[in-house]
Amino acid sequence: MSDAAATLKSLPPSGGFSGSPFALWAKANLFPNWWSTVVTLVLAYLILKFGFGVLSWAFFNAVWTVENQDTEVCRQLKGVGACWALITEKYRFILFGTYPFQQHWRPTLVIGIFLALYGVSTVRSLWNYRLGVIWVAGLLSIGVLMWGGVFGLSYVEQERWGGLPITLMLATFGIALAFPLGILLALGRRSDMPAIKAICVAYIELIRGVPLISLLFMASVMLPLFLPEGLTIDKLLRAQVAIILFAGAYLAEVIRGGLQAIPKGQYEAADALGLSYWKKTGFIILPQALKIVIPPLVNTFIGMFKDTSLVVIIGIYDLLGAAKISTIEPAWRGFSVEAYVFVSIIYFVFCFAMSKYSQKVEVELSRSHKR
Amino acid sequence: MASIPRSSRRPAPPAVRLSLSDPFVRSIVYQILVVGGVALIIWYLVSNTMTNMEARKIASGFDFLNREAGFAISEHSIDYSPADTYFRALVVGVLNTLLIAVLGIVLATILGTVIGIGRLAKNWLIAKVCSVYVEVMRNLPLAVQLFFWYAMIIENLPGPRQAISPLPGVFLSSRGIMVPVPGDDPAYGWMLIACLIGVVATLLISRWARARQAATGQQFPMMRAAAGLILGLPLLAWLAGGAPTTLDWPELRGFNFQGGGSMSPEFAALLLGLVTYTAAFIAEIVRSGILAVSHGQTEAASALGLRRSLNLRLVVLPQALRVIIPPMISQYLNITKNSSLAVLIGYPDIVSIANTALNQTGQAIEGIAIIMLVYLTVSLSIAVFGNWYNKRLALVER
Repeated sequence: MSDAAATLKSLPPSGGFSGSPFALWAKANLFPNWWSTVVTLVLAYLILKFGFGVLSWAFFNAVWTVENQDTEVCRQLKGVGACWALITEKYRFILFGTYPFQQHWRPTLVIGIFLALYGVSTVRSLWNYRLGVIWVAGLLSIGVLMWGGVFGLSYVEQERWGGLPITLMLATFGIALAFPLGILLALGRRSDMPAIKAICVAYIELIRGVPLISLLFMASVMLPLFLPEGLTIDKLLRAQVAIILFAGAYLAEVIRGGLQAIPKGQYEAADALGLSYWKKTGFIILPQALKIVIPPLVNTFIGMFKDTSLVVIIGIYDLLGAAKISTIEPAWRGFSVEAYVFVSIIYFVFCFAMSKYSQKVEVELSRSHKR
Repeated sequence: MASIPRSSRRPAPPAVRLSLSDPFVRSIVYQILVVGGVALIIWYLVSNTMTNMEARKIASGFDFLNREAGFAISEHSIDYSPADTYFRALVVGVLNTLLIAVLGIVLATILGTVIGIGRLAKNWLIAKVCSVYVEVMRNLPLAVQLFFWYAMIIENLPGPRQAISPLPGVFLSSRGIMVPVPGDDPAYGWMLIACLIGVVATLLISRWARARQAATGQQFPMMRAAAGLILGLPLLAWLAGGAPTTLDWPELRGFNFQGGGSMSPEFAALLLGLVTYTAAFIAEIVRSGILAVSHGQTEAASALGLRRSLNLRLVVLPQALRVIIPPMISQYLNITKNSSLAVLIGYPDIVSIANTALNQTGQAIEGIAIIMLVYLTVSLSIAVFGNWYNKRLALVER
């Protein structure tokens, strides 16, 4: 193609637009032969038609606000326009659940802290103990802000939390606590000790063989039976335990992939230096193994972030759960699609950012491997 | 040392020194500690559960399976009524799960392959559309997508009276999707049998043709023979049966449709969500599989004079499949496991039926155990079959 382009460029312009780079590009990539041209035209027509449909639904015909929850205007549209009034009216409920209205600045700040923590974590020069300190400080302040009861903040019981902070908490704590579990399970699965290996394999395969929903059900109905009488833990913590146990098994398999990719010479060299098992693992093997598996790790994180939305089945109102019940009042019934589009955008922003980051790291890592 | 009486000294060192610095001893000690710890935790949880269950007067055991279920199930592929047992209700649930999983796997594979190849298309627009599809679908939770499709069907499609009819006899409405199905005629049954015979005959002939080609080098027009057998035999059966054209058309009677084949909104939303979501992952697998076949292979095949179709079938695909199969199997497992999200929109799969049963009987442990057992069985069967198939395809090295 570049040859053809060069030839065409070297010729004197024979008229028309054959000289412009865009036209050359279009000729090569959109209209190279008759059937490709037909496909391009049909597809372009469909995209324009569909795109115009979506635009007119989402913008041109949409209703943005209504007075006094009077949604008759929206109902008159009969589906040709979106009722964004639902979002302008209820966005606070979808984002923060039933958190006291006057205190909404607190979950807002919590979301901000989470975002800052994620942002800081991508800075390579902080990948040492300092990151740990920042995280502990961040999570502590999140706890203080959500619960309150100190520093003059009013106490907010956990039943009233909801929306995006719940999603971020389940995902963040889920991943952070599942990570050490995953490392231990992966090391156990690679261990020479048959009993430990058997336990780890059984755990990993058992968890990976069942859907997260069954674990969430288990956490919600069986965990109370497991605990001694008098000790109860609330629903959110139970869901969190299920997510940690679930994510641990998946992370273990990813980390095992990294452990297997480390050449045997590294293990032998560490042994030759007389390092103990934990020193060998901590200083030689894991730093290299984890670096290799950063891209698949991020993909697992994305999966876990998406899977937190399943807690809606045990009655926890995370972002998706809050969106689901935002349309439960008769006035707003029938506008669920708008609510789901709104939360889809939020989920997409988080997941897309993570996947772009993973691709970036993958490129950087492959560059450093090439030398 | 020998002169000192033994009794006043420590006992004689054993033949093997029991020391923690001996790796063998240490590994035994660690294993005993870990196994003991795990056993202790399990014992603790079980004993707690026992006391709790006694305190709350929860029955245990699987006796409830023979009792009357007493709840209706909207969709069942075998006969079921609320008077049937819990066991039968659970079987209905398993069949519903398998139905959605099998359909989902087939459709997601087709859609995913098309999109995966589309991402590699030379046409910029096709490649772009496919990659936007993959990015969007992969980055939205399946639960959100299911809710979205379900809301689209039950809230935004018109009622049965104003049903959209894109093709004659096909109706889209908030009650689901209605299609005409072949009516009641014995010839249709014969067509099905003829089709099965055709498939078996094709398999046998392809084995014979391969053996003959290996022995003599003569090729057999396998594609034409297969098409003739699989499509031709049912056609013959249809003609022999008097060429019936009776179709069972869906018809609007009163407030809903009667007759024809129908797909409930729950089933339609679940299938649509599962297929479109998983297809994005399958597309990425197919794309990377094709990219993994080095360009030299295609060029060498062209240099040998193979046509493009043969090149694809004999050179590229067999090598790409080797890369594609293992992740594909894990996607099939994912579809099966993700079908449990049916409980979100009320499709009666095994999770939702077992959940109803455990709510009615209060026997949580048995209910969860049944759910896990079903999924473990299905997952392990798919994994075993997948590994067997993968081994057959794997590179045989000297």
